[in-house]
Order: sequence, then structure tokens, then C-alpha cells
Amino acid sequence: MSSALELRHVSKTYGSGPTEVHALSEVDLTVERGELVAIMGPSGSGKSTLLTIAGSLEEPSNGEVLVDGTDLATVSRSDRAKLRRRAIGYVFQDFNLLPGLTAIENVTLPLELDGTRAKAAKRSGVRALKELDVAERAERYPDELSGGERQRVAIARAIVGERGLLLADEPTGALDSVNGEAVMRLLRAATQRGVAGVVVTHEAQLASWADRVVFLRDGHVVDQTTAPPGPETLLAAGDRS
Amino acid sequence: MSVPHALLALLSGGPKYGLRLQNEFESRTGEVWPLNVGQVYTTLQRLERDGLVESDEGEAARSQKRYRITPEGERELTDWLHTPPDLVPPPRDELVIKVLVALQIPGADVHEILQVHRRHVVEVMQRYTRIKAAAGEDDVALALVADAELFRLEGIVRWLDAADVRLKQQPSPAPAEIVELTPEATAEMEVSQ
Repeated sequence: MSSALELRHVSKTYGSGPTEVHALSEVDLTVERGELVAIMGPSGSGKSTLLTIAGSLEEPSNGEVLVDGTDLATVSRSDRAKLRRRAIGYVFQDFNLLPGLTAIENVTLPLELDGTRAKAAKRSGVRALKELDVAERAERYPDELSGGERQRVAIARAIVGERGLLLADEPTGALDSVNGEAVMRLLRAATQRGVAGVVVTHEAQLASWADRVVFLRDGHVVDQTTAPPGPETLLAAGDRS
Repeated sequence: MSVPHALLALLSGGPKYGLRLQNEFESRTGEVWPLNVGQVYTTLQRLERDGLVESDEGEAARSQKRYRITPEGERELTDWLHTPPDLVPPPRDELVIKVLVALQIPGADVHEILQVHRRHVVEVMQRYTRIKAAAGEDDVALALVADAELFRLEGIVRWLDAADVRLKQQPSPAPAEIVELTPEATAEMEVSQ
């Protein structure tokens, strides 16, 4: 079975000559279904570029990007757009909800754009809002929702339908740490139901919700965490009085 | 973690036996800090000697004794709760010292040293987060204990990030220009894990 996302030797260069900037260099990354991966790095390390390339919002200068086994370079522009709508969900820092649409309309929009009939789209939308525990706010407009509720709606929009890959760029935005943690719990729950998740963040506490943390520096993957041992090793750490 | 004050706090809710104190201590700290019963009795003995607790059975076996907090113990507990911990001078930090020492060593890759520590700290944070994730959102005691560790560890990662950026922005000076490490200073930097 193919991986949900695979980046093979991906590089991205902006500009040319003396103004040339290497945003990504020879990046390899594989994310499996059910796995949540965090990409950590300082500003300018290339983490947002990595996410936009993984989500097919931008093309790499070199290398291959495979979503669900499909090499994005081998499909037509319109098929790529279709894949983006059907297979990939995005969560942005500032939520990006359309202010003129209710919560449920925001969630069902990508399905309806893709030709799903309104009734079926609504069924999927309500299911997604229920999973995010915000179904009772379905008919509210974004400005009637709290920050935490807006982000739940944004995550519902990202997982609605049959999306297998969830990409999130600093998804906790300006939320306080407890609400930010709630967002990470939701992303983790979504991946545990079989979605592959990639979260870009510069915050170690958010990254620690991931199964694997990949460290990016100057466009290079420099390191990654290994599978953490069980919590019992911490509980046996002893008294520190 | 002050075990004597934690026991005084538990006794402020009414008299208790040592074993009960051990169980309550562990459950109220989310079971993150295990405490053996021997340590409970040793601490109670010290508290009794200092007049902060008293027991009702003079010569009984320690497991038969029921302990209660005294008025002096109540005062000590209130003082402790309202006194911020001593934060000055800063603790001698092995990680900071390691990085300062690495700057002195020709050819040492300080950024790699920073990354090794960053990865290790994030891995420990992942383990604490697992505990929180498994416990559910309503286990407040455990969440508070895990949060305390997570914020402390996150502070270390932020320091590592800042050190990385600072060192990258600086032209690399000759090692001797950075910190004058005299033999006396080096001896002072001896730290324990």
C-alpha cells in the first residue's frame, strides 16, 4: 500500500543568480496513514514551503511529490486541482473561513465545488462538525463563533469527505495554550481515525503531540525524533524533593 | 517538590494514617511523582520533631499512628504557599555550561550539539504529552503536573532556538575571545546531572 504522502529529494529555489534562495534542499519525507508528523524549524527554515509543496499549492524545482501513490508531476493541472479538493485538507493559522457563509456552508463548500450534491454534502458536513463537537453551531456565521470554535470548523472543513491527508500551518494561531492543546487533540484524533497529518509549527509543545517530529534548518531535514518510549519510564523517575 | 509541605497540606483536611497520605499524595500529583511509604514516615517523624504535626499514639507502630497538623504546622503551610520559590541566583545549568564550553573547543559543531539536545528535550516532551493524551481532558491534577514539565522543557527548547540564531548571526570569533575560562572558573563549572 502506498504512503499517504511521499516527498523524494524535493528542492525549491526562488529567484536566480545572486538573488537565488534555496528554500528546500533534497528533502525526503514519508507520512503514513494514521501518523501525525510535526515539522519544526525557525522562521525561514522552509517549513511553510514544504507544506505548500506537499499540498500541491506550489511545484517543487526538483524532486517528486506523491500523494496516495500518485506522482503529482504526472497528472494534468485539472486532475491535480481535483486531487487537492478531494484528497487534501488544509488548516491555516488564521482559519480562512468565508465570512458570508455559515459554519456548515464553509464545511460543505469544498464538497459542493467538487460536484457532490447539496444533500449528501450536508450529511458529510454535519458528521464532520459532530466529530469536532461543534455541530450545534452549524448555522452560525464565523463572526458569531469563538476563536476555538472557528478553528474546529476549519478542521471539520479539512477532514470532510474522504480526505486522507491533513496539512496544517501553525494551526493553533493566536489561541491560548489550553485552546491550542484542544486543537492538537483534535488533529491527533483525526489522524488516529486513519488520516495522515502534517503540522508545521515553531512551538515545541504543539509539536510534542505528533508521533514524529522532523527538524528543518535552512531548507534541510537535519534530524527527527525516534518513537518515544511509553510514559511509564517517566513515572518511575523518582522523587525530586 | 516539597514533600513535607505536601503532607502538611494533606493533613490540613483532617487526621490521616501514613499509608493514606502516600496514596493521596500520588493521586493528587497525577501519579507523576511516586513516593514510597518509608519516605512518608521519615518525613512525618521530622515534622513531629519540629512540632508541625502530632500523632495520637505515643509508642504504637508507625503504621498504627494517626497524624494531625498542629497550629504551627498550619502557619508553616500558609507561609510556604504564599512564598515564591527562590529563583535568584539562577541554578547552575549544565546545558548552558556545555554550550559555553563547546564554543571554546576548536572544530566543535555547536549547532549540532544544540540539535542533539533539542531532539532529546522534544522526545521527553512527547512522552509527557502522551500521558496527558491518555489521561483525558478532565484529569486536572495530571494535566497541571504534565503542563509544569512541558512548559519547563519548552523553555529549554526556546533557549536552544535562540542560541542557534544568536550564534548564526555572530561572526565566529577566535575561541579565546568568547569567554576567558580560567582553571578556577572551569572547576566552578563542575555540575552534577
